[in-house]
Amino acid sequence: MVVVADAGARLTWNLVTDTRQLFAFHFMVNAFRAGTVVAVAAGAIGWFMVLRRQAFAGHTLALVGFPGAAGATWLGIGAAWGFFGFCSIAALSIAALPHRDARGYSEQSAGIGVIQAFALACGFLFVSLYRGFLNGVNALLFGSFLGITDGQVLVLLVVGAVALAVLVVAGRPLLFASVDPGIAEARGVPVRVLSLVFLLLLGLTVAEVSQITGTLLVFALLVMPAAAAQALTARPASSLALTVAISLVVTWAGLGAAYYSPYPIGFFVTSFAFAVYAAATATAAVRRAPGPNIAPAP
Amino acid sequence: MREAARDAIHARGAAVALGGRTVWQGLDLAVGQGEFVAVLGPNGVGKSTLVKAILGLVPLSAGALSVLGGRPGEHNAGIGYLPQRRAFDAGLRVRGVDVVRLGLDGDRWGVPLPGRTRRRRDADARVADVVNLVDATAYAKRPIGEISGGEQQRLLIAQALVRRPRLLLLDEPLDSLDLPNQAAVAALVSRICHDEGVTVVMVAHDVNPILPYVDDVVYLGPGGAVAGAPKQVITSATLTRLFGTPIEVLQASDGRLVVVGQPEPPAYHADRHEHP
Repeated sequence: MVVVADAGARLTWNLVTDTRQLFAFHFMVNAFRAGTVVAVAAGAIGWFMVLRRQAFAGHTLALVGFPGAAGATWLGIGAAWGFFGFCSIAALSIAALPHRDARGYSEQSAGIGVIQAFALACGFLFVSLYRGFLNGVNALLFGSFLGITDGQVLVLLVVGAVALAVLVVAGRPLLFASVDPGIAEARGVPVRVLSLVFLLLLGLTVAEVSQITGTLLVFALLVMPAAAAQALTARPASSLALTVAISLVVTWAGLGAAYYSPYPIGFFVTSFAFAVYAAATATAAVRRAPGPNIAPAP
Repeated sequence: MREAARDAIHARGAAVALGGRTVWQGLDLAVGQGEFVAVLGPNGVGKSTLVKAILGLVPLSAGALSVLGGRPGEHNAGIGYLPQRRAFDAGLRVRGVDVVRLGLDGDRWGVPLPGRTRRRRDADARVADVVNLVDATAYAKRPIGEISGGEQQRLLIAQALVRRPRLLLLDEPLDSLDLPNQAAVAALVSRICHDEGVTVVMVAHDVNPILPYVDDVVYLGPGGAVAGAPKQVITSATLTRLFGTPIEVLQASDGRLVVVGQPEPPAYHADRHEHP
């Protein structure tokens, strides 16, 4: 992986020296801690989101984080609370929209779109109400890894751990409900409750990811690793593990690249994830190309 | 009349009403263990509702119904159910064996411990057995979205069978399959019914693919329901009485039955999205 270093950066291309430099400052240690928590949570939840075809809902939840954070900053109560609060409320709103089966789908996406547009407009209002905040808008939309405090890392860790714990308990029925809601419901799986729980988890995770990649680039960690892993393998356990691994690698690489260059972290994380996704889809396409000729006749 | 407790399904004067409207009534039915019974009738007549009543998901408004010797819903663990459904999304990247496996333990909370535990070996063996039983071994490890509708339907039947049910409820499993696949899946269900001793109740739109295999048919109509051997039920006289309008049953030279005059929309797939 080639990292284009700025002339002023101290990248020595010596792995040991560079790694030591990377962790020399406490803010950078915290950035890696936060990035690791976020990457694991985003990978695991994002895998289910891609499987459930809820990317649009995920994106809307992310955009709702923007007015949440902007409003919280305007009120002076810390952006993280705005992210978590607004994303959770939006998740409940989306869960309350009529859904299920193909007929209701367009209606639901229209409803989600309405929430998304309104959220962006509110964010814009809050930003203009808080005039001195304009420099922070970039960080809210496109991410930042500077100045993450120990307290923020702890909040991220607690929320991430709760989300993962719920996923561990509900993972198998959730997979069943995602793959085939009709049969899962007939088998006694509480499909509607799981759908609500998943949207809440998605809201919390999106709020976490937004704090690193910004609201506009959450898909770098929420969609790309999962889509890449699912293109490479159809085994649920393997592709879930691969998703988390890809998510971690692109986050760490993005943090490293952003540290040694003057360019923002959101760009690097997204670009690395995009490179992995492109490579994975190309691999899958190449693998599939001779398929019909060599596959055993059904 | 056989003894009710020994039958897999036994109904006396059963009726179901949904939202104040009677869906069907006067259903007398006796399905013996190991029999293959088809539920027939035009669109919207309540075929899926009968399956749901057997599962205890829809209450009876009159009459009595016993399933596997108990109330409907009491012995659902012994029932394998395949709801009416559309095909899987083509982009769904989950293997066929995983879908079958979900039928075995997909409703259990928690995540299985990694490693080769005994339970996991047993589960893997059971899934492999049942996939083999429906002749799906060749494609069971491919993503389920990428295989054909007939192949998906076989794997779903495997999923319904994976817990060794005594009763198999299949709601329009032949719907949206082409004719050769309809014949093949019907033959497969018949073979499972006989070899495994599983009672099969199959909702069908067209009786012809399953006519060589079924023991009995249940014909639902607006006036009530008729159950019995296909030759007694699917006749001009019986169906005319059931529908209260002149109906003619014609037999083609290859043995296929054609029901003419049945009040039914012409489009074959018209009831695919019906969820009564």
